[in-house]
Amino acid sequence: MKKIVIHPITRIEGHLKVEATVDNGEIKDANISGTMFRGIEIMLEGRDPRDAVMITQRICGVCPEPHAMASVGAVDQYAGLDSKIPPNGTLMRNLILGTRSISDHILHFYILSGLDYVDPAAVMKYSGSDQDLNILKYFLQQGYSRPFLPRDEIDYKFDTETTNAVVSHYIKAMDIYRKAQQAATIFGGKWPHDASIVSGGVSQQLTVDRITEFIWRLEQIVDFVKNYYVPDVIAVAKAYKEYLEIGKGCRRLLAYDSYKTISDESRGDTLFKGGLVNDIDTYSEIDISRITEDVTHSWYKDKEPLYPGEEKTEPMAGKESGYSWVKSPRYDGKVYEVGPLAGVLSTYLGKGDPYIKNMVDNALSEIGGNISNLYSVAGRHLCRALSANILADQLVGWAQQLKAGEPTAVEYDPPADGEGIGLCAAPRGALGHWLKVKDGRISNYQVITPTAWNASPKDKDGQPGPYEQALIGLKVRESQSPIEILRVIRSFDPCTACAVHMVTVKGNLIGKYKVV
Amino acid sequence: MNNRKSTAVPVINIQGQNCTGCATSTLCTQYPAIKNVLLQDIVPGFKLDFIFHPNIMTASGNLAMEILENAAKEKGYVLIIDGAIPTGDNGIYCVTGEKDGKKYTMLEETVRLAPDALAVIALGTCAAFGGIAAGNPNPTGAQSVGDIFLTHDIKTPLINIPGCPPHPDWLFGTIEEMLTKGLGNVELDDFRRPKTFYGKLIHENCPNRAYFDEGKFAKKLGDEGCLYELGCKGPITYADCPKRQWNGRTNWVIGSGAPCSGCTSPEYPDLLGDFYHRIIDVEVPVNEKRPKVQKK
Repeated sequence: MKKIVIHPITRIEGHLKVEATVDNGEIKDANISGTMFRGIEIMLEGRDPRDAVMITQRICGVCPEPHAMASVGAVDQYAGLDSKIPPNGTLMRNLILGTRSISDHILHFYILSGLDYVDPAAVMKYSGSDQDLNILKYFLQQGYSRPFLPRDEIDYKFDTETTNAVVSHYIKAMDIYRKAQQAATIFGGKWPHDASIVSGGVSQQLTVDRITEFIWRLEQIVDFVKNYYVPDVIAVAKAYKEYLEIGKGCRRLLAYDSYKTISDESRGDTLFKGGLVNDIDTYSEIDISRITEDVTHSWYKDKEPLYPGEEKTEPMAGKESGYSWVKSPRYDGKVYEVGPLAGVLSTYLGKGDPYIKNMVDNALSEIGGNISNLYSVAGRHLCRALSANILADQLVGWAQQLKAGEPTAVEYDPPADGEGIGLCAAPRGALGHWLKVKDGRISNYQVITPTAWNASPKDKDGQPGPYEQALIGLKVRESQSPIEILRVIRSFDPCTACAVHMVTVKGNLIGKYKVV
Repeated sequence: MNNRKSTAVPVINIQGQNCTGCATSTLCTQYPAIKNVLLQDIVPGFKLDFIFHPNIMTASGNLAMEILENAAKEKGYVLIIDGAIPTGDNGIYCVTGEKDGKKYTMLEETVRLAPDALAVIALGTCAAFGGIAAGNPNPTGAQSVGDIFLTHDIKTPLINIPGCPPHPDWLFGTIEEMLTKGLGNVELDDFRRPKTFYGKLIHENCPNRAYFDEGKFAKKLGDEGCLYELGCKGPITYADCPKRQWNGRTNWVIGSGAPCSGCTSPEYPDLLGDFYHRIIDVEVPVNEKRPKVQKK
């Protein structure tokens, strides 16, 4: 038995560590740790509920917009506005979340995960006319190689032609990421941390030229998703075929409804349908009151698992049995994975929308797999790309429904006391915000992020979290930081700052406990 | 740009209690684009060489820590820090990495790397002033880079580039100034912010300024008028957002009908009041045709 520690795991959001016990080249046990803690919700106590929409975006600068969306959903519900948001407000929120989610997926596949599958240092011999590749070639010829080198051993599998193509898309993705954020900023005000998402709607006023500008900016993004991103993910799934089997995880999926639709009845009430998926392809409805958070191996004071609306957390940095700042959300006491895999499969199985069914079926037949292969490293990448594709097909339609000159928000006139819950599909999966207000000020705030589900440590029953389950049984090469581990972890698109933030607003005395 | 190999400027970027928003903002730099920054001269004759950046480098784990260790020995790098530095409980609230069984906290990394840097850039309001991470009641004892410099007697030149997030131009524009004019000639204000970008109040250049002067104030979001009554912190916030705008000039906070939250200020987010409530210490011109502004 030997122990492998990888810390930091780079090319993710935040501070994450993996510790794996390896025997005969196979992982026998794994502990995932979130190693940074801020305690964001403490700051929310006593604040105006509307401020939560701004402050919770600062939980994460990679995916702030879903926090804004979940938070504003909770505040709207508390303020009695959730059914009164003008169509323009709902549509702009969808467009901001949708466009930024696409850009986030592109960021994840190319900039964050890309170097696990394609080698930029291999374009030294390139002889074509692609400007970006020639710039990279010149960079390498001058003797530069950082931040691409040095690196641990990676078994790159693409041939020269595919390598050149995908490296060129890696560089192009940096431009597309910026352009997608610029498009969404027309409605959001700025990236990151949108300013215009406010309780009651969106503060941005609409004119025809701004709507048209958005649609034109979107064109390039949609083109990139369809003609570069989706094909490149399929190329990875084909070249790295073993990754259609590797990293299965807990094989239970959870997703929330997301993206309210306005008039397209054929698509149901939301674009993505939430629910649970068990036994590979069995769909059932979700009841969020069965969600609890367990802190057995997290650095918080021990107690029975509680519903997030009731949760009271006390940080305890020195806790002997703890190994992570991430808590363990569970549904019915069981481990669930969230993310685009869950969102796409839950919609595929629960909604019966032929358009989504065909898209998934076609992609599966192209990579030569079936639904069970989606529970894998390559499957997660594929569902992320399909999720971007579903959004790319929808956004122009939503933009065309916007009505210039008509209201974008209703006035905020809240009661003194109340509660609200906001749920949405963040780029990394199911995100929930739970809000309580007393005398017009926040009295309690809880967030359960996608990465809290996925990166959760073991719970009171000893059940490992989804990352941990995906690692146990994995065969790894002799290396200080085996690429197999990193590919599995990155396939979930970790967002650790999101995962570690949760502290209720009452009675926390961090610093009271002696640290070892 | 040119064919002669230019001077490489080693850059190390470490991250404390951050949200990675400083990095995603930086990634969206337009001129130069991020691909230009990574692969080409940032200004003729100078090439930034990213030795260590957690979000873009290939290496992880032990090797990543080794890269950092070697760079620290070689000295002479520009150190960019984003995120605050927790000091409570010996800095245990942010452990950045581990090598040969030893864990490194953000506090240790800062104290290890900052003294031998050519210059340190505190990127974003958390690194520059504590920001969100140090928000009341500051559960983890989060401090700014400047605070750590004081407590650990570090004398390296320090430049603050606050903003939540900072505009990419503020970072790369400052680096361009450093390289072309010389570090000592980058003019800073009392909070060590470059005057080129933080020299004027939002209010001084705001397109809604005329509304303010004539006392036409929006009463609810979406109304025409100055957003002062709705909580705009523009009158007390130093940044060039109104002129520079954001994300390739597609929009900016006040342009989207939302009040400025004062994110480049040392007082952000606690001492400026609620985001959607009026600041109270600014003289408001009296407009006789309108009711007097009520103080809370």
